[in-house]
Amino acid sequence: MSSGLDALYTDIIFEHDKRPQNAGLREPFHAEVHHVNPTCGDEITLRLQRERGGAVEDISYEAVGCAMSRASASMMTELLIGRSLAEAEEITRAFEAAMSSRGRDAGDPEVLGDAVALLGAAKFPGRVKCVLMAWKAYRAALVEADALDGGAG
Amino acid sequence: MTSFDVQRVRADFPILQRTLAGGEPLVYLDAGATSQRPRPVIDAEVAFLTRSNAAVKRGAHQLAEEATDAYEGARARIGEFLGAPRPEEIVFTRNATEALNLVARSLGDGDASTPDHLRVREGDEILVTEMEHHANLVPWQELARRTGARLRWIPLTDDFTLDLTDLGSLLTGRTRVLALTHQSNVLGTVNPIGTLVEAARAVGALTVLDACQSAPHMPLDVRELGVDFVALSGHKMLGPTGIGVLWGRYEHLAAMPPFLTGGSMIEVVHMDRATYAEPPARFEAGTPMISQAIGLAAAADYLSALGMEAVAAHESALTDRALRGLRGLPGVRIIGPAPGPERTGAVSFAVEGRHPHDIGQVLDSRGIAVRVGHHCAWPLHRRYGIPGTTRATFSVHTTAEEVDALVDSVSYALDYFGRFA
Repeated sequence: MSSGLDALYTDIIFEHDKRPQNAGLREPFHAEVHHVNPTCGDEITLRLQRERGGAVEDISYEAVGCAMSRASASMMTELLIGRSLAEAEEITRAFEAAMSSRGRDAGDPEVLGDAVALLGAAKFPGRVKCVLMAWKAYRAALVEADALDGGAG
Repeated sequence: MTSFDVQRVRADFPILQRTLAGGEPLVYLDAGATSQRPRPVIDAEVAFLTRSNAAVKRGAHQLAEEATDAYEGARARIGEFLGAPRPEEIVFTRNATEALNLVARSLGDGDASTPDHLRVREGDEILVTEMEHHANLVPWQELARRTGARLRWIPLTDDFTLDLTDLGSLLTGRTRVLALTHQSNVLGTVNPIGTLVEAARAVGALTVLDACQSAPHMPLDVRELGVDFVALSGHKMLGPTGIGVLWGRYEHLAAMPPFLTGGSMIEVVHMDRATYAEPPARFEAGTPMISQAIGLAAAADYLSALGMEAVAAHESALTDRALRGLRGLPGVRIIGPAPGPERTGAVSFAVEGRHPHDIGQVLDSRGIAVRVGHHCAWPLHRRYGIPGTTRATFSVHTTAEEVDALVDSVSYALDYFGRFA
């Protein structure tokens, strides 16, 4: 009866839920954003430190939410920190596409690493937004950081 | 529980016959979000649509007359269900949210011709409670913003009831409106309406009651309640979506400015001005929700036939059973009062170290439909320091076996997540 559940909840999800990587808010940061999921009340505060035109230097965060949303934030920071902004964009796009595929796109472990474990949620439409919250916050922080620097680009 | 035959009731609800993706029977414990509809409600809409469908209050043909009779008949039957002195006191709205917005908007829109007690202005106060659904909070925030009035609220106690300790300083001569829920959609707490209405009257404040959660579960009589306005939701009381009710004392409705304007709500229209119809037409602009009103009247009739006292007793027994079962589980904290007469069948709980969305997912895998999150009562959850709860709500068709299945499945969820510990 729990076979559907087991597609969603795996050891690696709970590993990140219990021991979230890069959690806690850190200095310095270029931008800080606060995102909420108004249907379930989940919240994330996310800080981004990045070199303009260069690399994602740090992403730190505080997240309140379900196992899926917390694991997602943890896995995302593992994937993106240290990457060039261009690589981070590629990963983010690949992840968003797979999450929106209703399970048709199984995701490339070479690109997405542990985060392929999150794709089980793609078959549960109600959980997609839980998983994507941290990624949306990251995107918003990028825009915010550019705006604070004075204009996009 | 005298003559309440839950199996007979269940046979009236076609949706309860279905199974879910894994073959499990449906255990629907989310009536607090939207209730399922019995056959007579579905049939009433179908009968209207397949026989008498037409626009109401216009058209010189037989169908128009049948439709108007059915629509106005629905108003009268719902008035009876609520104990309304006159059917003209029943205003059909799209939902309870619109009913509450209607009152909040109208109270801010008066002019010199509007009686003072039906106008909220700068310096006035609006009193709500910390347990309100957003539908009975945000419209009052907006009224305060538009008028310069001050919004205040009755806080909650650690025991999940209203804290009336400082009522004397919250409800004063400046208070124009006291808006509150009859029964919390999260806690299950039934508020002491009698005491509060008396206190509001003593200072000349209007009372607006959100009865969405009480109307499907207990006897309701607007005269006994003594309030000035009541908002109801059709789809939470076995009726269709897209229909709600505002009941208001006729003398208030007759003196209040309109909310939405346009066709059907006018008396005389010129190019530069218009005068407005008497209630309820004044508050029903545009073509109304006709088949939905007829479906809602069928729902009210259905509930009346079951007997609201019997319904209340049935659900009270289920609530006690659920609370007893859940309280015994490790790490489960009930967010609501202990069993008792001031408590009905919204059973919300938090699980130590586990987010409600995860609990709800496990329950769903076992065919049990509950709601998770803040249930449109975010300030309430903030008050108790939790991001959300898992909520089971009971209805006329809920059985003791289903309550036991809930308790077993929460226990299963604890084990399920425990294995990852």
